[in-house]
Amino acid sequence: MTNEIPPYRITGETGEWELVIGLEVHAQVISDSKLFSGASARFGADPNAQVAFLDAGMPGMLPVVNEVCVDQAIRTGLGLHARVNHKSVFSRKNYFYADLPLGYQISQYDEPIIGEGEIDIDLPGGVTKTVGIERLHLEMDAGKSLHDQHPSKSYIDLNRAGVALMEIVSKPDMRSPDEAAAYLTKLRSILRYLGTCDGNMEEGSMRCDANVSVRKPGDPLGTRCEIKNVNSIRFVKQAIEYEARRQVALIEEGGTVQQETRLFDARKGETRSMRSKEHAHDYRYFPEPDLLPLILEDTRVEKIKQSMPELPDDKKKRFVAEYGITPYDASVLVAEKEDAAFYEGVAKQGDPKLGANWTITELFGALNAAGKPITESPVSAENLGKLTLLIKDGTISGRIAKDVFAEMFETGKAPDAIVEEKGLKQVSDSGAIEALVDEVLTANPDKVEQFRGGKEKLLGFFVGQVMKKSQGKANPGMVNEVLKSKLSA
Amino acid sequence: MTKLTDMTLAEAVDGLARKDFSAVELTEDYIKAMEASRPLNIYVTETPEKARDMAKASDARIAAGTVGPMEGVPLGIKDLYCSEGVRTQAGSHILDGFVPPYESTVTANLWKAGAVHLGKVNMDEFAMGSSTTTTVWGATINPWKRRADDKTDLVAGGSSGGSSAVVAAHAALAATGTDTGGSIRQPASYTGIVGIKPTYGRCSRWGIVAFASSLDQAGPMTRTVEDAAIMLGAMAGHDPKDSTSVNVAVPDFRAAVERGVKGLKVGIPKEYRVDGMSADAERLWQQGIEWLKAEGAEIVDISLPHTKYALPAYYIIANAEASANLARYDGVRFGLRVEGDSLDEMYENTRGAGFGAEVKRRILTGTYVLSAGYYDAYYRKAQKVRARIAEDFERVYETVDVILTPATPTPAFPVGQDADDPVAMYLNDVFTVTVNLAGLPGISVPAGLTAEGLPMGLQLIGKAFDEETVFAAGRVLERGADFTAKPSFLADAGI
Repeated sequence: MTNEIPPYRITGETGEWELVIGLEVHAQVISDSKLFSGASARFGADPNAQVAFLDAGMPGMLPVVNEVCVDQAIRTGLGLHARVNHKSVFSRKNYFYADLPLGYQISQYDEPIIGEGEIDIDLPGGVTKTVGIERLHLEMDAGKSLHDQHPSKSYIDLNRAGVALMEIVSKPDMRSPDEAAAYLTKLRSILRYLGTCDGNMEEGSMRCDANVSVRKPGDPLGTRCEIKNVNSIRFVKQAIEYEARRQVALIEEGGTVQQETRLFDARKGETRSMRSKEHAHDYRYFPEPDLLPLILEDTRVEKIKQSMPELPDDKKKRFVAEYGITPYDASVLVAEKEDAAFYEGVAKQGDPKLGANWTITELFGALNAAGKPITESPVSAENLGKLTLLIKDGTISGRIAKDVFAEMFETGKAPDAIVEEKGLKQVSDSGAIEALVDEVLTANPDKVEQFRGGKEKLLGFFVGQVMKKSQGKANPGMVNEVLKSKLSA
Repeated sequence: MTKLTDMTLAEAVDGLARKDFSAVELTEDYIKAMEASRPLNIYVTETPEKARDMAKASDARIAAGTVGPMEGVPLGIKDLYCSEGVRTQAGSHILDGFVPPYESTVTANLWKAGAVHLGKVNMDEFAMGSSTTTTVWGATINPWKRRADDKTDLVAGGSSGGSSAVVAAHAALAATGTDTGGSIRQPASYTGIVGIKPTYGRCSRWGIVAFASSLDQAGPMTRTVEDAAIMLGAMAGHDPKDSTSVNVAVPDFRAAVERGVKGLKVGIPKEYRVDGMSADAERLWQQGIEWLKAEGAEIVDISLPHTKYALPAYYIIANAEASANLARYDGVRFGLRVEGDSLDEMYENTRGAGFGAEVKRRILTGTYVLSAGYYDAYYRKAQKVRARIAEDFERVYETVDVILTPATPTPAFPVGQDADDPVAMYLNDVFTVTVNLAGLPGISVPAGLTAEGLPMGLQLIGKAFDEETVFAAGRVLERGADFTAKPSFLADAGI
């Protein structure tokens, strides 16, 4: 049997269409200061409170590369199994806008810091697929224009101007909206593991442009449209699907797709034309003469390589091997490094297999319902681990464990304390259980008669009654055994 | 005693240290000279009060015995250098009223060395020009006239024409210049003073309004070679704020001045014998060769075969960089803003009104050569030419130590000449642009007067970071020329 999922297709009037998707992600680099100035790069300050003279484009000001940002780009490149280029060059990308004080963005053009790499994405059914990375380059962000503060004027906030971004460009290797989503999820996860980007799409620290084209399976690539600045993974899926259907309908009506830049309107769920190829900017890239080429010594790259954390794919493999959990559970647990760290705590101090179930089902469920991140979990990894041990050694039943967990989530108390306090210890004493069974059988002579007459379904009824009498504490396995032996006697 | 304003920088520094006179006295005389120089339209912003305060502080340091190498020296500062708290407009309308909240690294170095700030001097707008006429402040007039009876106003060269005129008119003891394609050496040649463009990376560009980043370099403009050596020593040095500034030690330039040229090999490039070179230039060049020979240098004929491509390559590269460097003057944050109904209209109005014709011409050509479809034919090709030119120099420096050429093909020309012929104007830079393209040091030293009585300079081009040899050979030319002529303006204005 094969795990292969059928390829994603759009069915049009003329048959099936295949999607070809490439993504460009702008990831804001985690660093104290901006890419070329000493101003703070932190989010959330008052407007224009974090602006160096360079960021405001003052005359005579010069950029100086922030080496921390360069290290972050190298680290990310290594995390993407990509080539780190010994030499890269900053270039000026020229265009006029009010929130671009220099009149050009310092970026990298034909010689980026990071070359080809790859990401393995996780698809349903435990399937993985490799998506190629074309390149990663460093560039500075622009400021922010606020058009809604005044009837005729725009306000400009330059706090973001000059903040370091990594533009990560994939190869056109994705074939469905779900693959695009899986790519973004995985990329975000890797960046967060590396500590090079917080991946927060709502705050705009990770932004995505999607290149979409359609073709009949097996045909050469169609003309693509670029959808700009989509700010959540859900919207990326929506935007791609809408855009692909639009292109299919257009072609089937006899039209041709024009290469253009489109905007996604999240409210209407549609894309619309922003500018066509004829109106595309001529950015007049040329090497930034204020900066020397960026030369990376091997020792620098090697040093960063030595300090690389374990990445999600490796961690997943290790979890499967070390803790004996399923690849699916492992991929859920490693998606966020905080989750993975929590689970490892559970696994180390409890039963790894039960720990995976309880972390994914109970804990994630409860955290979700409470709207809390794992870092604020009221249940510690140690206590969840202890809980799995209590289940494992028969101290409490799985059912009781759910009550205990609810109490733990409520109060943060340790499970053994709760069990002790509430007397929830499972009754596994055969004498006590026999006594309970006898009570139930004596109280229901008619049902005992029926059972013995062949109505064996009634066993469930008896078990339920015994459990009820024990307030759920009786060991269900033992209850079953004792009942069976007494009823057949 | 000679007039204080007639002293060289070296003499003044020594006199101050000996307490023959005070920094305040020296500065007061220069403030008077500054006022007397007004007919030449040199100073665009006078800062006499600042100068007096700085001179007082200088006297206090002299009294305390903590004397800097430029102690008490009153300077004119090219309007391209950002001066903290002092209006700085780079000769442009678009920077109307711009007062920088920061001081350029080079001027900060000079103040730290004890120098005194007299004021900001005129220049071609954004350093784009060879005449100091493309400026919002109006043309600066060269203190030199062709003959006593010829009243024709001549240009002081450019773009550092305010700097050259201020030194020649004794309205400052020395001045800062900047040189992108000859903007220090050409005006120095036109006014009978010394000007050196050091090796690219020797001086920080931080705080100097950018014209063409890969070519711009700061340098001193002085009355003697020794003065230039002293002043460059104070200006130079590695600056972490400028990634293109080079982290090498600054040698004792002054100590190199009297080294002589015995045993030095001096290259004479045949490609510098260009059409349109004046007989005066030819004659002075030959004299220069004789002076160097007489002091023991060996003359070697050399070839720099790519020279003829230098001027077009220069105007492509410089203008391309300028088109981006000047994009920040958009009316949004500082300087001039001319309102419009949309952002684009405001840009058009502001830049249309704020930039002069020459600046617009260069932004347009620079934008053109970087445009899709033209980049390879122009910008990329120009970069290749630049590399060939640098290789030309590297090759000849395997056999020679320094190169001698005229600084300019002709002497100063009348204000207004070639104003409508930019290409003729660009030819002024024919001997100087190669040096910027290769990033080498080049000095212009007064060599003598033309038949009409105008000064002209000779240029010495050195190896990268070998300003010392340039100064030593420059001093030999200076001694040979024994250039003592003074512009008639000095006597006329009573300076």
